[in-house]
Amino acid sequence: MKYVLMFIETEEFARELAALDDDDRQAAYEAVGRWFAANAAKITHHQKLAAPHIATTLRLSGGDAVVTDGPFIEGKEVITGYAEIDVADLDEAIALVRTWPACPIVEIRPLT
Amino acid sequence: MDDVHAELARVIRDHAGRLTACLIRVLGDFAAAEDVMQDAIETALRRWPAEGVPDHPDAWLLTVARRRGLDLLRRQAVYRDKLARLDWPVPAEPDDRLKLIFTCCHPALPRQAQVALTLRTVCGLTTGQIAAAFLVPEPTIGRRITRAKRKITDAGIPYRIPSEHELPERLAQVLTVIYLLFNEGYLTSGGDRPQARDLADDAEYLAATLAWLTPREPEVLGLLALIRLHQARTAARFTPDGTLILLQDQDRSLWDHQAIKDAVRLLERAAAHHRPGPHQLQAAIIACHTEAPTWHDTDWTQILVLYDMLLRLTPTPVIQLHRAIAVRYVLGPQAALNELDRLATALDTSHLFHATRAELLRDLDRHLEAHAADRRALSLTANPAQHHLLTERLTWP
Repeated sequence: MKYVLMFIETEEFARELAALDDDDRQAAYEAVGRWFAANAAKITHHQKLAAPHIATTLRLSGGDAVVTDGPFIEGKEVITGYAEIDVADLDEAIALVRTWPACPIVEIRPLT
Repeated sequence: MDDVHAELARVIRDHAGRLTACLIRVLGDFAAAEDVMQDAIETALRRWPAEGVPDHPDAWLLTVARRRGLDLLRRQAVYRDKLARLDWPVPAEPDDRLKLIFTCCHPALPRQAQVALTLRTVCGLTTGQIAAAFLVPEPTIGRRITRAKRKITDAGIPYRIPSEHELPERLAQVLTVIYLLFNEGYLTSGGDRPQARDLADDAEYLAATLAWLTPREPEVLGLLALIRLHQARTAARFTPDGTLILLQDQDRSLWDHQAIKDAVRLLERAAAHHRPGPHQLQAAIIACHTEAPTWHDTDWTQILVLYDMLLRLTPTPVIQLHRAIAVRYVLGPQAALNELDRLATALDTSHLFHATRAELLRDLDRHLEAHAADRRALSLTANPAQHHLLTERLTWP
């Protein structure tokens, strides 16, 4: 079954990451790289997203499309990347996410 | 009439989970299997009171479920052959029911849906019975169950026993659901509900099934012991008009002392594994109470030790509240009140917190404050028996 993992960062996590010295931050990035490498067989593709302030949102209801700056929901928690995985079932997806070394929230959503 | 219903409930509970599990295995479809089984159960509830329980109730249920299944799946030739070959007696695969329990209590399902789904598929309750037991409108329960079944399929929740490294956590989840169920039945069983079927009995059945299926899990034995120790005191817990009798005022000769001995033996079996857990510790605390010949003989020092151990495993305000009650009998009411006042923010909406505070304040002759605390407690409970008890206390000087 295919699932999309949505990696969600919190303000606190972003602050902690920013406060790390260069070596520690490099180590954190490398841990993420290793996680993707170790699970390469199950990950069909993945991508990091640009920061939410770069996002543009269109609201199409009510006639005229309204274009606004920013993500569809302004929040303290933002999606920073996604990965599509192909695993047997939800338990395998959960087991995979348990070992994720970076941002503190991950949503698992099946693809239909 | 109540006896007939209790007998029906028992027969259905004995067979529903096993048959549903077997249908899921054959069909490979949780929702379809659960639907045909529910249909068979509802037919049984309609016909058995008039026609009597058949000699082989499981064969009867399976026949109806299979007929219904064939009806539903007429267009699906694959299932049809499989169903047609399914015969009574169904092959015994004890693990099937365990898979069923784990699927119903999967952490990806909301807690209320876990409870409803377990009651329905493992214990064979109908949506109407679950709604009545939780005093929730039937459509609400129906929606919860439908959504949960859809999520099992759409989110890919597997029908299997968790692997060894996931097992402890998942088992803890299952035990929590069962104990939640038990507490719901246990606390409200004094109320006036038009319900012959007792959730407490269903929870005991689930715990016993689980203990049979996983004989080497001490926490399962601990939960079963805990439930049986509570159940053994049922006859002494309420006055004939349904008023709750506090532990200290209960007539201990009404307790089922054989059941208490058996439960303590279960607990000793659990302890032999040297893996203490919250359910074993809670059972040990209740055992301290049930083994004391009178309230005054209660070994509070031992109880306090057990609460300290419990608090290390599950540091929750509710456990701290219960520990404070033990402190009252070991170190006195002032020490207990000091403990309690530290929990004021966390437990402000707990009736038990305010009722306990009222008792301690009364011990310390602070009657006005005790009254205020009792009034606050009264405003926070909907249970009729607790309501009655607290109203009575408000008339005290």
